[in-house]
Amino acid sequence: MTLLEADNLAINFGGITALAGVSFEVRAGEVLTIIGPNGAGKTTIFNLVSRIYDPTRGRLVFGGEDITRVPPHEIARRGIARTFQNIELFEHATVLQNLLLGRHAHKRSRFVEELLFLPRVRALELEHRGAVEKVIDFLDLQPYRDSLIVNLPYGVRKVVEMGRALCTQPKLLLLDEPSSGLSVEETEEMAFWIQDIRTLLGITVLMVEHDMSLVSAVSDRVVALNYGLVIAAGTPRDVQAHPDVVKAYLGG
Amino acid sequence: MRFLFKTSYAQELGLFRDNVQRHWYLALVAALLVLPRVVPDYVGDISLVFIYGLCGLALMVLAGYTGLVSLGHAAFLGIGAYAHVFFAQDLKLPWIVSVALACVITAAVGVLVGLPALRMTGVYLTIATLAFALIIQEVFARWDRVTGGLKGKPVDKPVLFGFSFASELAFYFLCLAVLAGALWLTANLLRAPTGRAWVAIRDSEIAAQSMGVNVAVYKTMAFAYSAALMGVAGALFAHKIGFLAPDIFSVLLSIQLLLMVVVGGLGSLHGALYGAVFVAILPVLISQARDAVPAWHGLDRFVKQPGLEPGLFGLILVLFILFEPLGIYGRWMKIKLYFAMFPLYKRATFKRQKAYMRSERLR
Repeated sequence: MTLLEADNLAINFGGITALAGVSFEVRAGEVLTIIGPNGAGKTTIFNLVSRIYDPTRGRLVFGGEDITRVPPHEIARRGIARTFQNIELFEHATVLQNLLLGRHAHKRSRFVEELLFLPRVRALELEHRGAVEKVIDFLDLQPYRDSLIVNLPYGVRKVVEMGRALCTQPKLLLLDEPSSGLSVEETEEMAFWIQDIRTLLGITVLMVEHDMSLVSAVSDRVVALNYGLVIAAGTPRDVQAHPDVVKAYLGG
Repeated sequence: MRFLFKTSYAQELGLFRDNVQRHWYLALVAALLVLPRVVPDYVGDISLVFIYGLCGLALMVLAGYTGLVSLGHAAFLGIGAYAHVFFAQDLKLPWIVSVALACVITAAVGVLVGLPALRMTGVYLTIATLAFALIIQEVFARWDRVTGGLKGKPVDKPVLFGFSFASELAFYFLCLAVLAGALWLTANLLRAPTGRAWVAIRDSEIAAQSMGVNVAVYKTMAFAYSAALMGVAGALFAHKIGFLAPDIFSVLLSIQLLLMVVVGGLGSLHGALYGAVFVAILPVLISQARDAVPAWHGLDRFVKQPGLEPGLFGLILVLFILFEPLGIYGRWMKIKLYFAMFPLYKRATFKRQKAYMRSERLR
């Protein structure tokens, strides 16, 4: 079953064509990786899916609904969560507060209720806390619960950011270079987590990644981009061996 | 060193960290209740500190928690003051109704200012609010029928439910009650999803948005809430000064309000109150220091010229931003930690780590 379908997506920034008509589909329950050299348009696809950019042309269909014109803050409510290439955490807040914000899409309390902190708000807060604690247990973040993000090492921040995305209880998780800046051990851990997210939580994963060992370890399918066009798609092994992909990376 | 045992999630939802903290606050309330008996000559000044505290709270929500720095808050204070006096004296509405209406009007103006502010960030927003304050000050001066224009407008003493708050002591308790109420409401918001969304917008708008925060709505809400608090503060302020004139709500007052939250410590409710105390004491300190300046090469005449205060405000602001960005509250935390860890205090505890590069920060 197709969860997300990108149909002929294109976007221009002034005279620069970042994407020139990209089509792909993400099937429910799979891990799909987008690879490609720098500037191929990988992160642009993410920014289109999370609706930060408006496509010049093309359509995005998620779970049978057209989301091409949905406002960006609606995306989380529909079940798409993401992480960022350069980590966009709330740095002067604790890990717990960061994860709790991930519950914002499930906010049900009204302003006046919150102003008076009525029992209903308290009950809802406890419910959010319970959901967050499940993610904390899942990602082994217990030791960092009350630490400020600014005091955490880079590797932990990456995991916290992934945790925040999981707190929205998404159907589709977008991971933008989950292994960038991580040590070899941390990358290995990341591979386990991505697998667990898929198999234990049943969340479909779309990721952009450069580390080919991680890509081939976790992804079911790979889409290769270059200059805003899909040049190859298929299993990790096939795509890696594809002559156009080799050419895109090595030149020639 | 005291250890805090967390045994339930509900525990962290409380307003106070633990019973020790709760008792300290009870002691503070008790102290504030008997304070007028201890220093009867300063009751009026302390009421002003409470009103400043209310302003600090309002600006803290906007600048400290949502990250929208406003240089126009004196205008909101003025709108609240004039609206309240107009409703209470010209239209003879009951006090509570009048304050509520002033609150609604400032909140509405807050929304109007907030709307264009959605497209602006950082210094551009600050300049826009500054322009707004200048326009509003002009309106105060020209709209004679409502504001009394440049002649000004005398303000009666507050009367609530037939009880007069004409005495300084009664007004002291009125201000204290309003401040306590506002603190409670604000603290409630900050521990609820709305407060988290504000902090999220401050730290990373793009991440907040992708987590489902409607940035436009929450920014407007922060503006409206902050303005509404300023409206209440304005009403009390009007009674406090007893006479409204347009030049009271000048840019200098806006700077003073901003000074309050920066010096107090951005991003903490304590900071707003420390800042209020600081800003209230500052003019007294300045005037005392002026008299003590020696007559060396005409230095005493130089410092007695008008216009020294804004300069000093600016200087203090710059010095705090340079040397203690966390303000008085930050310094207080450091002192507390020093004693808690004694003799093992590490200087580096509060050293900011070098932030990681954000090459592709989206706006």
